[in-house]
Amino acid sequence: MRIVVDLNRCQGYAQCVFFAPDLFELHGEEALLYDPAVPEERLEAVRQAAAACPVQAILVGEEVSSRVR
Amino acid sequence: MTTETLLERITDYASRPNPFPLYAELREAGGVARQTDGSYLVGTYDEINALLHNPRISSDRRNLTVPYSGVAEGEEQLPASFIRFDDPEHHRLRSIATRPFGPPHSAGRVAGMRDEIAEITEELIDAFRDRKRVDIVDDFAYPLPVTVICRLLGVPREDEPTFRQWSETIIEGVDIRAGEDPTERVRAGEQARTAMGRYLLDLAEQRRGNPGDDMLSAFVNEKDPAARLTSEELMGTAATLLVAGHETTVNLITNGMLTLLRHPDQLERLRREPDLMPRAVEELLRYEPPVQMLVQRTPLADVEVAGTTIPRGAPLVLVLASGNRDPQRFRDPDRFDPAREDNEHFGFGGGVHICYGAALARLEAQIALAALLRRLGSPRLVEDPPPYRSSAVLRGPRHLPVEFS
Amino acid sequence: MSDDLREGRIVIVGASLAGLRAAETLREEGFTGSLTVVGDEPHPPYDRPPLTKQVLLGKAAATAVGLPMRRDPEAEWRLGVRASGLDTVEKQVLLADGESLPYDRLLIATGTRARPWPDAEQGALDGVFTVRTVDDAGRLAERLDAGPSRVLVIGGGFTGSEIASACRERGIEVTLTERGAAPLVGALGGVLSIFADRLQRHHGVDLRCGVTVTALRGDGHGRFTGAELSDGSQVEADIAVVALGAVRNTEWLADSGLAAGPRGVACDAGCRAFDMYGIVTDDVFVAGDVSRFPHPLYEYQMMSLEHWGNAVEQAKVAAHNMANPGPRRRPHLSVPTFWSSQFGLNIKSVGVPTFSDHLVIAQGSLEQGRLVAVYGYRGRITAAVTINMAKWLEYYRHLIETAAPFPPAPEAADRSAAASFPIHSDVPDPAVLSHGPTVTLTGHLPDRRLTRVWPTG
Repeated sequence: MRIVVDLNRCQGYAQCVFFAPDLFELHGEEALLYDPAVPEERLEAVRQAAAACPVQAILVGEEVSSRVR
Repeated sequence: MTTETLLERITDYASRPNPFPLYAELREAGGVARQTDGSYLVGTYDEINALLHNPRISSDRRNLTVPYSGVAEGEEQLPASFIRFDDPEHHRLRSIATRPFGPPHSAGRVAGMRDEIAEITEELIDAFRDRKRVDIVDDFAYPLPVTVICRLLGVPREDEPTFRQWSETIIEGVDIRAGEDPTERVRAGEQARTAMGRYLLDLAEQRRGNPGDDMLSAFVNEKDPAARLTSEELMGTAATLLVAGHETTVNLITNGMLTLLRHPDQLERLRREPDLMPRAVEELLRYEPPVQMLVQRTPLADVEVAGTTIPRGAPLVLVLASGNRDPQRFRDPDRFDPAREDNEHFGFGGGVHICYGAALARLEAQIALAALLRRLGSPRLVEDPPPYRSSAVLRGPRHLPVEFS
Repeated sequence: MSDDLREGRIVIVGASLAGLRAAETLREEGFTGSLTVVGDEPHPPYDRPPLTKQVLLGKAAATAVGLPMRRDPEAEWRLGVRASGLDTVEKQVLLADGESLPYDRLLIATGTRARPWPDAEQGALDGVFTVRTVDDAGRLAERLDAGPSRVLVIGGGFTGSEIASACRERGIEVTLTERGAAPLVGALGGVLSIFADRLQRHHGVDLRCGVTVTALRGDGHGRFTGAELSDGSQVEADIAVVALGAVRNTEWLADSGLAAGPRGVACDAGCRAFDMYGIVTDDVFVAGDVSRFPHPLYEYQMMSLEHWGNAVEQAKVAAHNMANPGPRRRPHLSVPTFWSSQFGLNIKSVGVPTFSDHLVIAQGSLEQGRLVAVYGYRGRITAAVTINMAKWLEYYRHLIETAAPFPPAPEAADRSAAASFPIHSDVPDPAVLSHGPTVTLTGHLPDRRLTRVWPTG
């Protein structure tokens, strides 16, 4: 699974960092860095992070390669 | 009845079980309603959202043009915590307070408490054994966050009876009750805050040079001089964290259980699909938010809100729970839908003052509700509506008796 | 009529962010016909912003940036094949492999590519990079892992500055050259560019402004070893990253009869392409970096936005309009937004900062390193930029959307003394920059007379 964060929406509330600090990181006080590739065993934490985002900026989904023949 | 008396009707204890029709009235009246006492209620989503992000809206009550009742001139006062300051002071204090709690300095702190919270939860439910009836508040939703915040801050759990009294007085002090002189109530709240602050400062001082893994230790042993709190700031900050750390989460868990018991189909669904719990908690934060309104805001200049000019210094009440039910923003807003998409609710406020402990509250509620659903066989409400706490601001049941098999 | 639009054949040329989001939206809008997405890169759609941040920092693999789908667009993906031409009469897209794809409606989302170093031979030296694709970023990340002695970054726009930031964070020595007076000047104007200048120097970037790189040197065996600058100085480095902006991928449309050229493909507010006579088509749509479209907030000037958010928003509007009849169509009006993170700061923008004559620091200050700068043009607010103060940005977006007067009332709680004093925004002519601006106003400038009519005898 992959994630993409709409960083135009992101306001730096960092709820995702609280829930999955291994995948999301605050770079300085406010800038968000994240690993777009989610290991299977961290999917639950990422879903929690996505649900907790106050501006609903995190999209979790399958990448297109799974649909390319 | 007119919207001028809405605040009186909302704060009337009889409205506690179901204030939502009054919120609908507020929205239908245009979203902004001036009250006879000169305060303004705002209840529509877009307007609340705009005000939460408006740099001309102050959280500092010294900017009220009417002096804040209850604070006598020259009276000794505990310095406010960050929630009652504006930037840049708010930002400085909140950043310092966040250092031992969340990112960027302590990113893994809350996630690292998951097992501990689960353990406390299971122990509390273990104690239900051989009982057919429990009070979800006294037996579960209150002791859980209290235990968690005590461990996090480094407060002895056995001191709970002492600080419970202070905490209740503080909560009374920040309540709003239309048509009542709040002077005494506010003064008592301030005194309780000061007493709690002294108690916490004393605990912190005991750990100076001898730190544990708790936040009081971290505050008092901070190495970076720019990130140190003065004694007064430590008192104000720690008291706020202790009170906020349990007085709101108890409502989230209790409102959550009440809502699920009122929606047995959704309760069953969550038992079948436990992965849905994080989104269900977000929906509870929208549907039955523990903090119904933000009461200590005021404009630094006249601001226009939905065609009404709110004058500088007027008390401004943002009715978050009303914005959460705004049909212009949420489809079918009065329906509880644990799988709701696009759920940008105001359960924790928004903007720079967004709830400091939001992540911890979320985690506690997710774990607590999941455990209750898993372990309580066919739970039933004994009384509906249950008896409520007095506060209209921090709204939730005082007791929630539940029977189960 | 609307049923017709939900069926038939749609071809999307461009398999990146805009192409993917358009494909998803078409299905959401009820399009049930055949959908083909053509992409010249062999990779499925991926996200580019992490390439100059997480990937160069070594925190994410270049192969990890595949975009998640909002839903499966049930498309046929033709990846690794370039579109080479368009026949708007026969309504088919010609592919480089000789095949042609017939369409009923077409979306052009071919985006941009990195502007290459102007001297092809020098640009081919081993160690000279551009960063636009996953392959570029993957190769550069690998080189950075090897611990180069110095990286030369040519161009101080957002891309160049982010790359310099990533290098410094990894402890790699960096020289950055910028033809303009300071980094980011083309995007943010003079005041914030001075801030960016200090920021980069503070983080140890060897910053050279007001100069150009005149030549890239090799060691005689095809390896890059350093560069010569216009001030006569030389820079020794193992790696050069060319960050001179982007070139729009419109060459394949040269014979199409569409209004396509180096500035992009012109379209109306509903994303319908114009032909070369300025007549709007009804079956060819455009979205993303390759488009130029009129924006009402900016005096209906044609505008090109190389922004992630514009690709998403415009793709959704284009797809909606491809699946809906005239009266139900929507304009693409969203206020431009972008972000950049560099040197530990979060820089966010709403509106068009270069569309300004003045600015004011409305909240915070340069000294604190957290601020809100508000830009105005002829007395109205046209943009705002936050540095580590993103939570306030929404307020200013509303002021821009409502054309609120500039300067904004200086009543923010955290205003500094400077909040009462607008200063010139000092936006340079794009011609003086090394980096291409990421927002280009390609229409008239209101203060310039571009055409003159001479009476003839």
